[in-house]
Amino acid sequence: MIAAMMTLTMLGSLLGLLLSLAARFFQVPSDALREDIMELLPGVNCGQCGYPGCGGAADALVAGTAAPTLCPPGGAALARTLAAKLGRALDASGGPPLLAEIDESLCIGCAHCGKLCATDAIIGAPKQIHVVLQEACTGCGVCVEVCPTECLQLRPQKPTFDSWCWPKPALVGV
Amino acid sequence: MRLHDFRGGVHPPSQKHLSAGRPIESLPLPSRLYIPLQQHAGAPALPVVAVGQQVGKGELLARAQGATSAPLHAPSSGRIAAIGEFTAPHASGLPLPTIILETDGEERWAERESLPDPFELSPEEVARRVGAAGIVGMGGANFPAAVKLSKARQAGVHTLVINGAECEPYVTCDDQLMRERAGEIADGIAIMLHALQASHAVVAIENNKPEAVEAMSDACRHDARIEVLSLPSRYPAGSAKQLIQLLTGLETPAGGRGTDTGLLVHNVGTAYAAHRALRHDRPLISRIVTVSGGAVPEPRNLEVPIGALAADLLAYCGGVSDESARLLMGGPMMGQPLPGPQVPVIKGTNGILALTPDEIGEASEPSPCIRCGRCVEACPMGLLPLELSKRARGEDWEGIQALGLSDCMSCGSCAYVCPSHIPLPQYFAYARDMLAAQRREEQKARRTRELMEQRQARFERQERAKAEAAAQRRAAKKPRTAVLEADED
Amino acid sequence: MNSNSLAGAPHAHDQDSVPRLMSAVLLAILPATLYGLVLFGWPALNLLVVTVLVGLACEAGCLWLAGRPIRSGIMDGSALLTGVLLALSLPPWAPWWIGAVGAGFAIVVGKQVFGGTGQNIFNPAMLARVMLLVSFPVEMTTWLEPHLWWSGTSPGWLEGWLITFGHSTATDGVTGATILGYARTELGMNHSLSQILPGHYQAGAAALGWTGGSLGETAEWLVLLGGLWLLWRRVITWYIPVGMLGAMLVLASGFHLLDPQRFADPGLHLLSGGLMMGAFFIATDPVTSPISSLGQVVFGIGCGALVYIIRTWGGYPEGVAFAVVLMNAATPLIDHYIRPRAYGRTWSGKPRPVPAGAKQPPPLARKSGVDSRD
Repeated sequence: MIAAMMTLTMLGSLLGLLLSLAARFFQVPSDALREDIMELLPGVNCGQCGYPGCGGAADALVAGTAAPTLCPPGGAALARTLAAKLGRALDASGGPPLLAEIDESLCIGCAHCGKLCATDAIIGAPKQIHVVLQEACTGCGVCVEVCPTECLQLRPQKPTFDSWCWPKPALVGV
Repeated sequence: MRLHDFRGGVHPPSQKHLSAGRPIESLPLPSRLYIPLQQHAGAPALPVVAVGQQVGKGELLARAQGATSAPLHAPSSGRIAAIGEFTAPHASGLPLPTIILETDGEERWAERESLPDPFELSPEEVARRVGAAGIVGMGGANFPAAVKLSKARQAGVHTLVINGAECEPYVTCDDQLMRERAGEIADGIAIMLHALQASHAVVAIENNKPEAVEAMSDACRHDARIEVLSLPSRYPAGSAKQLIQLLTGLETPAGGRGTDTGLLVHNVGTAYAAHRALRHDRPLISRIVTVSGGAVPEPRNLEVPIGALAADLLAYCGGVSDESARLLMGGPMMGQPLPGPQVPVIKGTNGILALTPDEIGEASEPSPCIRCGRCVEACPMGLLPLELSKRARGEDWEGIQALGLSDCMSCGSCAYVCPSHIPLPQYFAYARDMLAAQRREEQKARRTRELMEQRQARFERQERAKAEAAAQRRAAKKPRTAVLEADED
Repeated sequence: MNSNSLAGAPHAHDQDSVPRLMSAVLLAILPATLYGLVLFGWPALNLLVVTVLVGLACEAGCLWLAGRPIRSGIMDGSALLTGVLLALSLPPWAPWWIGAVGAGFAIVVGKQVFGGTGQNIFNPAMLARVMLLVSFPVEMTTWLEPHLWWSGTSPGWLEGWLITFGHSTATDGVTGATILGYARTELGMNHSLSQILPGHYQAGAAALGWTGGSLGETAEWLVLLGGLWLLWRRVITWYIPVGMLGAMLVLASGFHLLDPQRFADPGLHLLSGGLMMGAFFIATDPVTSPISSLGQVVFGIGCGALVYIIRTWGGYPEGVAFAVVLMNAATPLIDHYIRPRAYGRTWSGKPRPVPAGAKQPPPLARKSGVDSRD
C-alpha cells in the first residue's frame, strides 16, 4: 500500500511540475484579443475615451483598466460587443442614452461648440442660434463643457412612438 | 372544398351574445375628429391641407408617401382645427402626428366624378383606385390594400379568401356587416377578383355565425366563382396563415408571403370598402366597430367615422360602469390596452372593449413555470413559448432568435392556457423591441462612425488645400524676385 | 403611463391554475391512499402525516431562507403532493425518521436547491425514495401483509404510535415480502414460476389490492381510476401513461412468451409494485417530463422499459423509482431533439417551400353554400 501511495504521489508531482513549466515557457502571447478589439473600435482616434487613440484604448481594455463603456461614438452597441468580447459584465446602466440639447433662448451664437463636435452634429454659424441633430449626437459631452451660457445640456433621449419598448414583465416568485 | 386542420389553438368563451345581432347604428357625429397620419403599415401620410382650411366630406387630407402607404380623407365636412400631436391608440400612450378636424355637422360631400364600370377598367386601374380611396386591410394588420392586390396579381394568385372568421371573442362587427350588407360585400369580392385576375373566391365564416353564412350564401349565389364556407370555430382560425392551412393544407413558408401558396386573404370589411370606392366613389372614412364588454351597459355595433374618440363611442353605449375595467382596442386575445378613452378610432379598429377583472381572469401574480407544456400544445405556429420566454427573461437574444421568435404572431393562445399565468406574449414583445433597439443602436453607431470619418477627411482636405495654396504662393513669388535680380544686374 | 400597470395581451385566461392542478392530482390519489390506510392501520397514517408535515416545514424554511413569499409558495400545493407521493411509496410501518429524512431530502435537495418549483431536474419524491433505498435498505424493504384497520390484528392507536415513533418490534412476525421481491429471490435460486407463484400471488387479489407493499402499491384499480379521471379532466396527457404501460406490456408479453417459467406474465407486472402509480402520478410530473407529445411518448416508453429491465435483471426487485429518475435525466436531451415542427418550416428548421404541384385552384364545391364540413 505504501508503494502505491508513493508511486501515485511522485507521478502527480512530476506531472504537475511539467505542466507548470509548460505554462511558463510555452505560453503563446495573446495578441489576438487586442487585434479583435481594434477591429471593433471606430478607429478614428478622436481621444474622447481619454486614451491615446484607439490603440491606447484597446490596450487599456485588454489590461482591464478601462470599462467597455469608454467609447462615446460607439454608443451602447459597441459597449455591449466589447463587454461580450472581454467576458465582462456591463453594469446595467438603465435608462435611455443622454443626448445634447440646446436651449434656444440661451444660445448666443458663439460657435465654440460646433467646431468641437466629432460627428458634426451641431448646426449653426456665428451669431446664429445653433441646434443639435439628435441622430448624429453621441452624447460625449465635449460641447457641454465649452458652452459659455450653459445652454447645452445632456438630457435623456425622449421615447418616440417608434423607439418605445414594452417593459420586461416582473420576475416571478421573487 | 374539403377542410384541413391547423395545429393548436384555444377555445375562449366567445361572449359574442352581448352584441351579436344588434343592428348597425350610426354614431352621432362628434364635434371633433382626430385622424392620425399613420393608420397603416408603411410610411405615414403627408398632409396636403392647412390649418383653418374648410374641407368637404371625403376630401383628401393627406397623401400617400411612397409605394407602401395610404392616403387619408376627411370623415366629415368641417374646418381643419390643427395639425399636431395627439395620443395614439397604443399601449404606450405616446403621441402621433394627427389632423384635428372640427366638424360642422353639414356632412357636405366633396366634389366627385362620375364612375365607370369597374369591370371595364384594367386590373391595375382598379387597384390604383382602391389605393386612392385609402383602403387598408381592415382586419388588423392595416396593410395598404392596393399594394397587396398588385403584388398578388403579379404573383399569380388564383384564389381570393375573404376572411369572415372573426375568431376574437366579443367582436361582432364583421358578423353584422355580413348580415346586413352581404350584397355590397359580394360586389366588392367580384371587383377584387377582377383586380387580381383570379378565378376563385372563398368566403370563410366561423360556424358560430349561421345568419352571416346564410346571408353571404344568398348574396353570392349568382356568382359561380364564389364559395361560402362555414369553419369550425377555434381561435385563431381568422389568422391568415392558419386560414390558408385550414382551407388548403398548405403553409406559408417561414419568411415568405401568403401569396406564395396561391391564395390572398382579405377581410370582409376591405371587400365592402372596395365596393364603396369603386361603385360610389366613397373613400374609406368610416367603419363598423363593436363596443362591448362586461363594463359596457349597452353593447352595440356602431358605424363610426374614422377619428371619433373611444370616449364618444363608450358614451353612446352607456359609459363605462366599472372603474377598474380595462379598455382595449380590438379583441381580448390580441387587443391593445388603451391608456384612456381619449384616443381615436382608426381604420383598423374592429372593437372597443371595457372588460371587468372577472372577465379577464388574470391572477394577481404570475407563478413559476411548471413546464406543463400546454403552451406548446396550444401554439398554432408550433413554437416553444416556455423556452422563448425563458430566453427573453435571460436576455439571450441569439437564443431566442434561433428558437423562432420571428415566427410568433403574438396570438396569445399560449398565455391563455398557461396555469401559472405567465405573460408570455409580453416577453416576446419585450424581446422584439429590444432586438429592434439593438439594430437601431448599431445603425446609429455605424452612422456616427461614418460622420467622424467624413469629418477627419474634411480636415485633411482642408489641410492639403492650405498647404497647396501656400506652395502656390511661394511658387508665384519666385519668378518676381528673379526678375528683380535681373533688373539689378 | 405607469409601466407597472401596463398589461399586455391576452386579456382573457383559462380558469386553470397551478394550485387547481395540484388539488386535482391530490383528489385523484385520495381513494387509493384511503384504501392503503385502511389496509395498514394507524402506523401508516402516522407515517403519512409525518412525511407531509416535514415536507411542508422544509419548504417553508427554504422559501424563508431564499427571501421568497412563503404563503404563495406553500399554497401552490407542490410540496404537499411531493410529501403524499413519497409517503405512498414507503413501507407502511416504516419508522418516522424514514419519512422525515425522505421528505427533507426531497424538498431541500430534490427541489429547492435547484431553484424551487419548476426548476428541479429529478422528481423529488422518487429522488428521495432512491436515496432512502440505497441508504437504509433494511427499513425500506421491510414489507408486511395487510391488516384491516378494524380487524383484531391491526395495531391500536397507541401501538401504532409505538411502531412509528418507538422501537416496537411488532413488525416481527407480520413481515412478508412483496410478490416481486419473493419471486426475485426464488428465481435467483432457480425455482420456476409455476413453483413460486401459487399460494403467493392471485391475479384477482392483486387487482383488488389485497397484497403487501407500500401504500400506493396495493389498490391498483383505484390508482387507475384516479389516473383516468385526471386524463378526463385534462390535468395530464395520455402520452406518458400509455407509453409506460404499453412498453411494460410489450416487453413482459414478449419475454413471457419466450420462457413462461422464468419471466412473469404481463398481468403480474402491471398489477404489482408501483407501476400504475408511477405511470399516472409520478412519471407525469410536468416539471421533470418532456414538453412535446412525441417526447412524452419516448419518455414513457423509456420508463416502462427500464422498469421491466430493472425488475427482471437489475439488482432490485422494484424499479419504478430508478426508472423515473433515470428518464428524468434524459428529459433535457429529449426536449432538445424532439420538438414540434414549426409552421412554414421543415423539421430541420429551414423555410418550407410550397410543393410545386400544390398551386392549383381548389375544386369548387357544388353551390350549396353551407357547411362543407361539420
